[in-house]
Amino acid sequence: MEYLNTIEPITMEQFLPMVIQFKMDGWRLVQICACRLPEQYELSYSFAKGFDMRTLRLTVGEDEPVSSITQVYPCAFIQENEVAELFGVKIESMENDYHHKLYRIARDTPFKEKG
Amino acid sequence: MAKRSIVPFGPQHPVLPEPVHLDLVLEDETVVEAVPSIGFVHRGLEKLVEIKDFKEYVYIAERVCGICSFGHGMGYCQSVEHIMGVEPPRRANYLRTIWMEMSRVHSHLLWLGLLADAMGFESLFMESWRLREKILDMFDLTTGGRVIFSVNCIGGVLKDMDSGMLKAISDTIDEMEKELRPIAEAFLRDYTVGVRLRGLGVLKPEQAILAGAVGPMLRSCGIAYDARKLGYAAYNELEFEPVTASDGDSYARCEVRIQEIYQSFALIRQAISKIPEGPIRVPVKGNPNGEYFMRIEQPRGEAIYYVKANGTKFLDRFRLRTPTTSNIPPMLELMKGCQLADVPLLILTIDPCISCTER
Repeated sequence: MEYLNTIEPITMEQFLPMVIQFKMDGWRLVQICACRLPEQYELSYSFAKGFDMRTLRLTVGEDEPVSSITQVYPCAFIQENEVAELFGVKIESMENDYHHKLYRIARDTPFKEKG
Repeated sequence: MAKRSIVPFGPQHPVLPEPVHLDLVLEDETVVEAVPSIGFVHRGLEKLVEIKDFKEYVYIAERVCGICSFGHGMGYCQSVEHIMGVEPPRRANYLRTIWMEMSRVHSHLLWLGLLADAMGFESLFMESWRLREKILDMFDLTTGGRVIFSVNCIGGVLKDMDSGMLKAISDTIDEMEKELRPIAEAFLRDYTVGVRLRGLGVLKPEQAILAGAVGPMLRSCGIAYDARKLGYAAYNELEFEPVTASDGDSYARCEVRIQEIYQSFALIRQAISKIPEGPIRVPVKGNPNGEYFMRIEQPRGEAIYYVKANGTKFLDRFRLRTPTTSNIPPMLELMKGCQLADVPLLILTIDPCISCTER
């Protein structure tokens, strides 16, 4: 049987309302992933319900802040801190924001530069 | 309000084989909050995908962790295969399934030993790890390696198992099943083990979903989610149902892992009886172009492999969301209200893999 596994591009305006809708519909958060683009970041938020998985794709500018989803999915804090500390994505209003102290690494935002 | 104090836990601690740090905020001896720090041995392996050929990267994916090595190689290969439209031969899918289930047995026995050691039950620790040696010997027999054995490749597997090897695996798991029974009995029936584990760190089903729990951590709350049911490799041709328990405590997590060892033995037997003849890999030409999220069930829970390719031999991004990353928030949740003396056991019951987390 084939299960849903989609990637859906969305805008910043659609982002939080869709996350809230996922929560209300019983989807669980399974992963948050950042990917570096020239002067931009591509953020992927995956949600699963049963064996179906849907990924919301947000493209943001390098200095553009992104709302945290920890108010909706509290467990997002670990992966949001990771995205902020390894890539330098600016996440706003995060619950449990460790301010670049979750990862005890020698370099700031080591995944920000390509190559 | 009682006076609060902060006790640093780790990164070096007798129950932690790998470095992780927690600042435990205590009121008397009760934990009210735990603040984690990781990254002490972060290797940046995901980043290497930008400068390594995607076929060579299989060897790096397998080195993310020793215990989950085979699964990481398989998850990465399956992601790339999906993007390239490559269908591995059926025999390769069966071989992958056999090695994957052997890895699950290996991982759960390792965890049982660590749990026994953390409780001071040294003979049980030694018995668990003695049994684990037999599965490592089977890895050695079939691949030449005992921990990291590099048999995955894009398009299938690099090594085959002849009928003698399959018979040896079958005989070994028969022996192991007999020898596991008294060990399992000690974990599940011993008075002291019961006192240490029962009622400790209870996770309710709705709390588990909200906190993002995966694997035995989730199934021990009664939620029958097991990514193997997605049907990758040969799992769609094998019969099994996810192992669950209902209490959601540390004992339930132990029980689920023990029952999953028996389940893995049954899956290996099924796979050996059904494995078809034929090639073990298909040739792969060209470079991948596209992206895919692949899910597999590692021994510690659901892992997600994301590959983004651009048509060259270097990938844009490889991301591995490990089960431990997902199980840290529920672990921190469980610690609130527990006693300081129970912290080591609670950390162990999520079966943390810091090596995976420090990929």
